[in-house]
This record gives sequence, structure tokens and C-alpha cells, in this order.
Amino acid sequence: MIWSSFSDFINMHGYAEYVWGSFGITFLIFLIEQRNLKTQYKKMIESEEI
Amino acid sequence: MKNVMPTKSSRAINWFAFAAPSRFYFLSKKCIPIFWFFALSLSIAGLVLGLLFAPTDATQGDSYRIIFIHVPAAWMSMVLYVAMAFWAIIGMIFNARLAYRLSNSIAPTGAIMTFIALWTGSLWGKPTWGTWWVWDARLTSELILLFLYIGYLSLHSAIEDERKANRASSLLAIIGIVNVPIIYFSVKWWNTLHQGASVTLTKTSMDSSMLFAMLIMTFAFWSYTFATVLTRVNNKTLTEESHTDWVNQELNKLRTGS
Amino acid sequence: MQSISATHIITSIIKRDIKLALRRGSDTSGVVFFFILVVSLFPLAIGSENKLLMQIAPGVIWVAALLSVMLSLNRLFNDDYQDGVLEQLVLSSCPLEFIVFAKTVAHWCYTGLILLITSPILALQFNLSGESIKVLFLALLIGTPTLSFIGSIGAALTVGLKSSGTLISLLILPLLIPVLILGTLAVDAAISDLPYSVYLYLLIAMGVLSSFFAPLASSHAIRIILD
Repeated sequence: MIWSSFSDFINMHGYAEYVWGSFGITFLIFLIEQRNLKTQYKKMIESEEI
Repeated sequence: MKNVMPTKSSRAINWFAFAAPSRFYFLSKKCIPIFWFFALSLSIAGLVLGLLFAPTDATQGDSYRIIFIHVPAAWMSMVLYVAMAFWAIIGMIFNARLAYRLSNSIAPTGAIMTFIALWTGSLWGKPTWGTWWVWDARLTSELILLFLYIGYLSLHSAIEDERKANRASSLLAIIGIVNVPIIYFSVKWWNTLHQGASVTLTKTSMDSSMLFAMLIMTFAFWSYTFATVLTRVNNKTLTEESHTDWVNQELNKLRTGS
Repeated sequence: MQSISATHIITSIIKRDIKLALRRGSDTSGVVFFFILVVSLFPLAIGSENKLLMQIAPGVIWVAALLSVMLSLNRLFNDDYQDGVLEQLVLSSCPLEFIVFAKTVAHWCYTGLILLITSPILALQFNLSGESIKVLFLALLIGTPTLSFIGSIGAALTVGLKSSGTLISLLILPLLIPVLILGTLAVDAAISDLPYSVYLYLLIAMGVLSSFFAPLASSHAIRIILD
């Protein structure tokens, strides 16, 4: 582990906004994509009532 | 009586075995959890290695860590466009609706990967080159790729008849894939002549742990893509083949949660 | 029974389309006035310093030409589609590719050609020299047919759709970027007294290729939509 402390890790030696901005957006977008799929699935399951 | 018909060799591959939506559905249903397993485990491994153990870069500091997302996303964005065009061609040649379905399911994920590549690239560019955007040949071509994806999705949603929509957007994808090299080279030429900001992506000394983490993340992105695209294909199959018996049976099973 | 030659069909379609466009009038005038208006907006927005105008002139004129042509494309096949004429053309014994080629040539005659004629006047507004205006004219002469040809693919894919204007632009503008780049590079080179002929040759190459392949793609698209 190259980080001496947790706050160092979060700070990314000054590049926090860029690094966490990137990772955060990516994670968020993937989450939205998956939620979209779930909604699609739910709509389909619930629509065809016999 | 001698059998006059030539018998197929029992070892010949039936390339169309999984072209039947039902067979494909059940195969992918089994594969999706496997892909999710790899996606999650590989990302954890890659991120741990890349964020916690890879050393700080001498020139770029810690901002380089964005490449663990940026590079896999950029590779995926290009590969997925090729895959989308490939399945479009297969769909047109064999008139196979599953091929069209696959092509349609790849498009949203491809567009998302392109967007992530552009966004993270911009966030990487700011601390590295000082600007949020540079009209470098690769960035500009990546932006155009996003427009090509959006064009495909817009055309498909604009046409109501499903079959016509599939064929029209497949034609568009094929025209796009032919044009991508032309667009890339013309932008590259334009860029060198206009002598914009000289962007040299120096991959001088990439520590092995950085490279390894990047490769692991690439495979993680691949697995995520497979899981997502296959889920989308399955959702579409259940919706579009809802008139068939096997789908009704499957839907019952899913509703009762067995 | 003498069959009608293909050239006869092509020329008659070109004449028909141009006649219809002249009768309507709004197509051509709309395109030209939009072109002039957009080009005139840029100095107002950016500033009228001479050096600046000379720098932005190629780009502004070319982008305005692209947008003007894009806006006029939704009429290319839609009018005939609504009249039922398009179906008849598809079913006729003449290959659809020739018909599409003819309609696209006619489209250039009532859009690109007119833009081409107005471009020297607009170039004067931007203080371009005689040589640069000549190169701009040549580049547009070679490039605007390509805009119509590649644009026809977008028009064909969106036959029958409402409000297809913006959709056509979204689909086709990425494909037209090479033409835009080469066209502006040619005029830029002329302004800086550098050799420009290579760009014109490449534009010719693109024009020839698109005039061959675009009708193929467009007729395929029309058959898909009309099926």
C-alpha cells in the first residue's frame, strides 16, 4: 500500500476532484444503466397479466 | 437401399444453433451471473491494485489513475461499434431477428462507454495538459463516434415498424463503420495541419503494476458489457417473442419466482 | 417494343424535379436565405476585424453550406412518398439506383448550385482575395454535390417520418466531416498562398465515390422503408 493514511488516499495528492470525479461518474452511469434494465424488466413482467 | 443423400459429418459445427431466440435466451440466462461474477471480482482486483498499490507517477502525479477507467472505456467504445456493425451485417444477410436484437442491445452500452471515455478523458486532460478539451485527432474522432451511436439509436426509435427500424438502423451502422476510418484519417490530417496543442501521450515508463491493473480493468469492463448486453437481449426477447409458448412458460416461472 | 433508355429516364427525372422545385420556390429560396443569414450572423457575433474574418471565412461558409443543404433534404423523397409516386418509381423497370441518382443531381441543381453562385458575394464580405474566392468556388463546386449525395442517404432512411429535418442532420453530418475538413483546408491553403490542389483532388475523389455508392445505399434504404 503506497498511501500513508486514509485521508491521503482520498486526497489523491491533490488530484481528488479529477480522480474521484471520473470514478464517481462511471460508477453512477453504470448504476443508472442497470436500474434502467431493472425497470425495463419489471415493466415487461408486470405488463402481461394473463 | 443405399442412402443417396449425403450425410452431414457428425462433427460439423452448426453455426446457427443459437440463432433460435429460445436457445440463446436460456444460454445467456445461465451466462449472465458468471459474467457478473467476473465483472465484480475483476474490478475489485483491478481497483485495489490500481488505486492502492500502483505507485504515483513521476510526471502526472496521481491523476494518471483515471486511465484505469478511461482506457478500458475507450477500447470498449470502439470494439462495441465494430460488434454492433458486425451483428447488423449478419442480421441483414441472414434476416435473423436475434442478430438485429443483439445489435440494438449493444448500442446503448457502446454509447455509454464512449461518453465515459470522453468524460474521464477530459478530467484526465485538465491536470495533464491544462485544458478540458483538445481537438486532437483521437478525441475528436471519439466525439464523432458518440454521434454515430446516438444517430443509430435515434433512427431506430424514430421508425415504428420493428423490422423496418432494424434494417434501416443496421444499414446506418454499416455505413458508419465504413466511414469511421475515413473520418479518423481526415481529422488526423486536419489536426496535424492546424498544429493544435501538441499532445504527446507519453507512455514512457509504465510500471508493471499500472499495466497489469489496466489490463484487469479492461477484462472487468468486458465482463460488465457482456452481462449488460445479454441482459438487455433477454429482456427484449421476452418482450418481442411474448406470443410464443416458451416465453409464456418462462414468464410464468419468473412471476411465481420459481 | 422500344425500351426507353436509362439516360432518357435520368434526364426526364432531373427535369421534372427541377421543375417541381422551381414551382414550389420555397425550397431554393429558403436554402439561399438561410445560407446568407447564417453566414452574416458570424461577423455580428464574433467581430468584424479583417484578419479575424479572413480566418473564419472558410469554416463559416462551409458550415453554413452544410446546414443549408441538410435542411433541404427532407423534401427529397418525402414529397414523392406522400404522393405515392415513390412506390411507382420503386416498382418501375428502371433501376432505382438511376432514379435516386437523378433525383440527387436535381437536388444539387436547386440547392447546392444556388449556394455556389451566392458564395463569391459572401466571400467578399469576409475580405477574401480573388484567388481565395476562386478556390472557394471550386471547392464548393466539387463539394456540394457530395453533400447532396451523402445527404440523400439520410433522406432515404427517414422517408415517411415526421420532422425528419433534424434527424437527417444528426445522421449525416458526422459522415460529412471529411468533406468539411477538406473544403476548409483548401480555402485556408489558398488564403495562406500554399498549394491547395491536393485538397481539391481529394474532394473530387470523394465526390466520385459518393456519387456511385450513395445511390446504392439510398435505394437500399428506400426499399427497406417502402417494403
